[in-house]
Amino acid sequence: MTQRDADRPLLVAEGLSKWYGKQIGCRDVSFALYPGEVIAVVGESGSGKSTLLQLLCSQIESSSGRVLYRMRDGVTRDLAALGEAERRFLLRTDWGYVHQDPTCGLRMTVSAGANVGERLMALGWRNYGHIRRTAGDWLGRVEIDDARIDDAPTTYSGGMRQRLQIARNLVTQPRLVFMDEPTGGLDVSVQARLLDLLRGLVAELSLAAVIVTHDLAVARLLSHRTMVMKNGAVVETGLTDQVLEDPREAYTQLLVSSVLPP
Amino acid sequence: MSTVLELTAVSKTFKMHLQGGIRLPVVSGVAFGVEAGECAVLAGPSGAGKSSILKMIFGTYRCDAGSIVVRHGGDAVDVATAEPRQILELRRNSLGYVSQFLRAVPRVAAIDVVAEPLVIAGVARKQARQKAADLLSRLNIPERLWPLPPATFSGGEQQRVNIARGFVSDLPLLLLDEPTASLDAGNRAVVVDLVSEKKRCGAAVVAIVHDEDVRTAIADTVVDVTRFTATAPGVS
Repeated sequence: MTQRDADRPLLVAEGLSKWYGKQIGCRDVSFALYPGEVIAVVGESGSGKSTLLQLLCSQIESSSGRVLYRMRDGVTRDLAALGEAERRFLLRTDWGYVHQDPTCGLRMTVSAGANVGERLMALGWRNYGHIRRTAGDWLGRVEIDDARIDDAPTTYSGGMRQRLQIARNLVTQPRLVFMDEPTGGLDVSVQARLLDLLRGLVAELSLAAVIVTHDLAVARLLSHRTMVMKNGAVVETGLTDQVLEDPREAYTQLLVSSVLPP
Repeated sequence: MSTVLELTAVSKTFKMHLQGGIRLPVVSGVAFGVEAGECAVLAGPSGAGKSSILKMIFGTYRCDAGSIVVRHGGDAVDVATAEPRQILELRRNSLGYVSQFLRAVPRVAAIDVVAEPLVIAGVARKQARQKAADLLSRLNIPERLWPLPPATFSGGEQQRVNIARGFVSDLPLLLLDEPTASLDAGNRAVVVDLVSEKKRCGAAVVAIVHDEDVRTAIADTVVDVTRFTATAPGVS
């Protein structure tokens, strides 16, 4: 990556808003995300953070504002102007999306190897041996025993499923990964392992990521910057250590002070 | 000599929204500078604002007024007004911080905890681990502990891992918050040596140390923080 590349934002949100009828989902959110940068979006349920995530990856249409993305060819495009095929291609290759519930991000009835290999086939890979080797390699990186490659994820534990979902997303070497509560619903010990794994992979692959979480420890461990949302709007933003150690807004102070020390 | 860090008219007040908006002034009018190869020790009783000043220099605490200019290669960055990206860049290449306590990451081996700042800065893992190993040896962490995560280590061992992590990179400005607080005399002497070496290599150091011997050994200047301590709380 050239210096110029690193200095140009990968993803830019400009005045993003979403109304559900009279109900506000997300209000006037603007920010820029640079290559290799991880931003956490925190707030309680209903704060609009999941709506924001869906707007960013064009799963839902915005009421106003726009999202710009710098494509692999270096050209920055307005996502709303992309054709459906182009957008799907982005989601299958240059982006990853890690769902809180792995059953939403995996195909539960096909083997683990096929779950990972499928993303490669979408890129045009055809050599079975090569796909299987690469899939096996990725299962190893997310600490899944090679012997389980032919098993369907229905036979996997929750933590394994989440790790498999991560392998499926990262195998295409995306530049940007969206994560919606990636550790939600997992046991604490399983969470720690997953967080640690994610932390290593994000740094190693210089991934940019938007992580939605209500867990400040997840933000602390994984993100460089944090945005705090309330009632659909961003109330505070800054370096993650700054937001957590010197919160300025009343709501952020409440969030930070509500965490029980272990 | 050249100035690596310059604070001018820096002030900080916490506003506690959950306590009826009470304002807690911490420091005001903070002004001092540190030259390359020099160590400034912040002195003053507990609560005087020493750690707050260090945290403002590192960017963890926001600065309400004034400027905190840090040399960054050929440039200078004012941490008080810099964008988060600039501060992250500064931390990668120019500004290090050894906190009082190690923030342990589950499952990461001690040696990798120490090597991490170098790896993030782009140094090859093998080389980074070699340097980490040298530091861990010097700080008397037995080699059998290196592959283990430091979460289960004793307080003193954790602090030494933390020190090794802070000293592993060659950054032009190093902030030390009580690096010797829970160390025995032998290890305190190692830290004194490490600081002296950094200074000889041209690094500027800002340190908080309560231990009189350590202070005498490393300080070129002593900054009396009580001059800047804000005292009059009020409700906005």
